[in-house]
Amino acid sequence: MSIELRGERCVGCGACAQICPGSLIRMRRGTAHMESPERCWGCAACVKACPTEAIALFLGEDMGGLGGRMTVRTQSACLYWRVRLPGGGETIIVTDSRDANKY
Amino acid sequence: MQLRTEKIETDFLVIGGGTAGCWAALTFCGARSGRVLIVEKADIRRSGCLAAGVNALNAYIGRGKSPQDYVDYARVDAAGIVRGDLLLTMAERLNGVTGALEGIGLTILKNNDGSYAQRGWRNVKINGENIKPLLADAVRKQAGITVMNRVNVFAYIVKNNRICGAYAVSIDAPVLYVLSAKATLVATGGAAGLYRPNNPGFSRHKMWYSPFNTGAGLAMGIRAGAEMTTLEMRFIALRCKDTIAPTGTLAQGAGARQINARGEMYEDTYGITTSARVYGTLCENAEGRGPCYLKTVGVAQEQDMELQKAYLNMAPSQTLRWVESGRPPSAENVPIAGTEPYISGGHTAGGYHVSTKRETTVKGLFAAGDVAGGCPQKYVTGALAEGEIAALAATAYMGEHPGTATEAETEAIRAQLEGYLRRENGASADVPEEAMQSLMDEYAGGISRAYRYTEASLTVAEAKITALERQSELLAAGDMRQLVYILELRERLTLCRAVIAHLLARKETRWHSFAAHGDFPHKSGAWDCYVNSVYTNGAFKTFTRPLVTEGESYEH
Repeated sequence: MSIELRGERCVGCGACAQICPGSLIRMRRGTAHMESPERCWGCAACVKACPTEAIALFLGEDMGGLGGRMTVRTQSACLYWRVRLPGGGETIIVTDSRDANKY
Repeated sequence: MQLRTEKIETDFLVIGGGTAGCWAALTFCGARSGRVLIVEKADIRRSGCLAAGVNALNAYIGRGKSPQDYVDYARVDAAGIVRGDLLLTMAERLNGVTGALEGIGLTILKNNDGSYAQRGWRNVKINGENIKPLLADAVRKQAGITVMNRVNVFAYIVKNNRICGAYAVSIDAPVLYVLSAKATLVATGGAAGLYRPNNPGFSRHKMWYSPFNTGAGLAMGIRAGAEMTTLEMRFIALRCKDTIAPTGTLAQGAGARQINARGEMYEDTYGITTSARVYGTLCENAEGRGPCYLKTVGVAQEQDMELQKAYLNMAPSQTLRWVESGRPPSAENVPIAGTEPYISGGHTAGGYHVSTKRETTVKGLFAAGDVAGGCPQKYVTGALAEGEIAALAATAYMGEHPGTATEAETEAIRAQLEGYLRRENGASADVPEEAMQSLMDEYAGGISRAYRYTEASLTVAEAKITALERQSELLAAGDMRQLVYILELRERLTLCRAVIAHLLARKETRWHSFAAHGDFPHKSGAWDCYVNSVYTNGAFKTFTRPLVTEGESYEH
């Protein structure tokens, strides 16, 4: 369980470093760095805070992860969850904070 | 590295800006004037165990039910070891705080007649992905509340058993804070990371509880001589295997039953209390009928998308698993497993021994949420209810300021912290942390021992933890973050010793898995009482107290 930072997409805003509940991300030379990937809880707070989809959640291989990468784009009340699939291609799921869970 | 000292004074100090802490701060401001300071080691917008969100409010009094029904349910689930006074005063506020959450913007599913859509009689369906940002927004709008994010509280300032404030350090800068207040609330949550986790390698923090909840509030209280209760009632969650995502949404929401490898539903064999659900799975595996699953094959394919959305709002890793594997719930049963044990007063009953008003045995120090004992099954709304009760009681302390630490006391604390920062050849906190988790697993009833322990094994655990505690005095920190890791490790070690003392004291097996004593494998009426403890002169003294029922008002 952890996150991957795609440096080329990072705009250096620092939102992820501020929001991580474990304070695991640090800004160095204007770019976000994940300092301790093995300490990540997988809460995705940083993934949601990132304005450029530069942070992707993935499942570690030790927990059976297959290599998918999940990013989020926020637009008003909606979160667009993008999963880049391990074999190529992607799936997008939209959640709306005004819609309650049905289960 | 040298630490700069900064003194800050307030009226009501709230340690921990999770749900209970934020709500207590808001309640205090609604009740009277005064300054409130929330000190939070992360950022209150995403701190604590609800960082990822939550998809139901699990404590609500549904149609035709009463607060007493909730007390009865929690009492059965905990096999009698609950505080009736705490449960009832909490239950009476559950629906009020639910309405108030809706008032600050939380989406709650409603029926056509405007009533809340329930899941069973005590859950309501919500979209709680943004519950922490909503609470943080409400806090921001209150002029009386100041929030210090990224500041880690690590010790109380107590004089003659009256709290005066606390010491804290910045996560980012070399600053030691001396905080003083007229009343203090501890709302730091419970503790994860005491035991070896399910996946101890790269994904070691993929656990049920927040790995950043290290038991700070519990350890600070123990060291200050506060009485603790029921720490032997550990919490072990039944979760989706590997992702350690919740099972309730599949089980209660989509009707998925627990089955073994032969497809047999085994819940009825063991019962459906929280501990029995874990224990049943354990037994099925031990007797060669594993692995066990939640039977999701058979749910309608249209439900797949709704379930995947529901998990995104609280545990996105599970949705990632379904999507990347191309095997959604309708296509493949979800494997389940028990987690490592935690201490969490929001689910089981371990934590501070508090009065009905939620005051600890340290005067002026209140406790709410997962750090407070005696009141299990509180979940989110119960934590809010306790925050309300505690904050209202704290308003009675707004008279004289009780004083603060002397210069000499502060200097001693500063020297101790700088010792870690100056040491050049010491180890980091990682190695002893792994050692602690391994030995707790092996000798104090972790996953690898099927959660069982004996007096002999606990005695070994006690000796090894005490040795680690001594070794941890010689660790080294390269920066403030590493210093906090050392403080967190030491908190966990203190709490491990307390848990071991409690496990040793209760000579019965009242709850399968949560406290499974190999020497005393059966429940005994002689233990229809609380096991409490106080730490004095470097040792834990455990003793029993008679059960308190609802209707009573308990004072220390």
